[in-house]
Amino acid sequence: MDAVVIGGGVIGLAVAWRAARAGVSVAVVDPEPGSGASHFAAGMIAPVGEAEFGEEAVVALNRDSASRYPSFIAELELDAGRSAGYRQTGTLHVATDDDEQMALERQFRYRQELGLPVERLTSRQTRDLEPGLAPSIRGGMLVESDHQVDPRAMVATLLQACSRLGVQIHRCQGSLRIEGGRVTGVDLDGGETLEASRVVLAAGCWSGAVKGVPDEDIPPVRPVKGQILRLQGAPGMISRTLRGGSVYILPRDDGRVVIGGTVEERGFDTSVTAGAVYELLREARALVPDVAELELVEASAGLRPGSPDNMPMVGSAITPGLVMATGHYRNGYLLAPATADAVAGVLAGGQWPEATQPWSPSRFRRTAGVRT
Amino acid sequence: MQSRVGDVDDSLVIAGERFSSRLIMGTGGAPSLDILERALEASGTQIVTVALRRLDPTGASSFLEVVARSGRRILPNTAGCFTAHAAVTTARLAREAFETNWIKLEVIADEDTLLPDGAELLVAAEQLIDEGFVVLPYANDDPVLSRRLEDLGCAAVMPLGAPIGSGSGIRNPYNLRIIRERAGVPVVLDAGVGTASDAAIAMELGCDAVLVASAITRAAEPVLMARAIGAAVEAGRLAFRAGRIPQRLYAAASTSWEGLADLGNRPKVVPAIGDAG
Repeated sequence: MDAVVIGGGVIGLAVAWRAARAGVSVAVVDPEPGSGASHFAAGMIAPVGEAEFGEEAVVALNRDSASRYPSFIAELELDAGRSAGYRQTGTLHVATDDDEQMALERQFRYRQELGLPVERLTSRQTRDLEPGLAPSIRGGMLVESDHQVDPRAMVATLLQACSRLGVQIHRCQGSLRIEGGRVTGVDLDGGETLEASRVVLAAGCWSGAVKGVPDEDIPPVRPVKGQILRLQGAPGMISRTLRGGSVYILPRDDGRVVIGGTVEERGFDTSVTAGAVYELLREARALVPDVAELELVEASAGLRPGSPDNMPMVGSAITPGLVMATGHYRNGYLLAPATADAVAGVLAGGQWPEATQPWSPSRFRRTAGVRT
Repeated sequence: MQSRVGDVDDSLVIAGERFSSRLIMGTGGAPSLDILERALEASGTQIVTVALRRLDPTGASSFLEVVARSGRRILPNTAGCFTAHAAVTTARLAREAFETNWIKLEVIADEDTLLPDGAELLVAAEQLIDEGFVVLPYANDDPVLSRRLEDLGCAAVMPLGAPIGSGSGIRNPYNLRIIRERAGVPVVLDAGVGTASDAAIAMELGCDAVLVASAITRAAEPVLMARAIGAAVEAGRLAFRAGRIPQRLYAAASTSWEGLADLGNRPKVVPAIGDAG
């Protein structure tokens, strides 16, 4: 075995599949692959819409990863023989009142200054694009290049592709094995040991709790709770991802809709609260009144792996042989292609790309990680 | 933050506790933990509010660690409560969770304005003070309500300048002045600050401290704005203590001609407009 990946979410599976494709023999260790943040995420591939003030460097990396999506998906679907649920729908940001209109204008100008592809729309133009929007919509900002993927379809496709390329999936816990100061593999719960000279830590918000990781390499990830709703029965209700107020509404191609999402600092709590469901629905209904007619299929909560600066930790750890691929926060799906390409390249014997240097876990070494 | 100027201790004193910074910071809306940490540092604040209902104090250890760093006092609030009952219950939970009997009491009337509900506020304040809490109530800029809250035994009053998150500044400076003149406890301007000058104006009006959250956390550069508002609070306080000159309609030369040596070139006209000295 060349490498073992601890964590079978979208990041871990994408790394394993990409590495296997590059000829690396690889195994994944996860008690239940795709059951963490990857299972609950909405799957927005939205580097332009998500651009935050002061995060210009982040935006460039996020856009790079988004631009890899079409070929990444094409190769993935070829290897797996099934659809990964990637849709190029574009995203429409809308303002529901005067205050929101001013906030949207500020967001628009910021993106324009960064040279990002955004288009400002009047109320009429906005509603012409999406007739399901409420008449009270004051204006919009169209981001043609922000798309989406169906997370559950993508994880299933990654699992299928991994299996076809001979990636072993071990459905159990594993602890890092270190001998002579360097990584030598992963000890599985069942007693078996997977020997490998490289181990990738991709356990999302649980990355800080993986056994055997030396203190100096414990990544500073924390769980950031997100509550999210899944509804169905609205084919054609909307055709793009809509964002307004503090919610987004994301349409799948078969009438399913995802409404999200809260951002809460509540530790490992995954309870679904009445208040969050109420607020998500209230805001979504203010955008698209017909949301109230849909069937509510699922209300759930996932735990995003938050990092101190919202950027992921992708790079070499201090312990030789240990590689980090965690802390992707709100952008796990968006950043899966760039992360997988970088890590698979290193597992195949290459160097870390210059572009992903800002993701190096070494930037947090002044402050030690916290075991949670 | 300089609290001693000319050997005078100008600390903010709330319930017997002294603070050299007169800026209280809220944490909601920060783009990342890293930026929050640097903004707190840059602001110089020593009191930081956190919302119990939006935070699990047992779970979110890295968040609280950042907030409490450098000896900052955590001031739990009852954000998200719409009744006196909910606020009292939340305050009790906060006392357990954060091991402090200080509480920033918020009872909100509705979700659109987030204005304080004065009637519920009085009920909750009375109950909590009976239970031994140090109560800092978020109130309307109403001199009568502020007086009633002080009479109940609140440790400070926290009138708003404008609705939460509106960034609209101080909409009724006259009421704030009346509140300040009649209060025997610290007056903390809570809500409404949009930028540094708003905070300076609050301090110049005589407020004892200013609470700022969104204006910092949602600024394009939160760390820079934290520094700006920290400096504005200090500048406004110094200006208040220094005492502003009376406002006039017409100019008054800053340099008097009396007592100047006559060197033969003394102008025969009054000083030009714009002689600001």
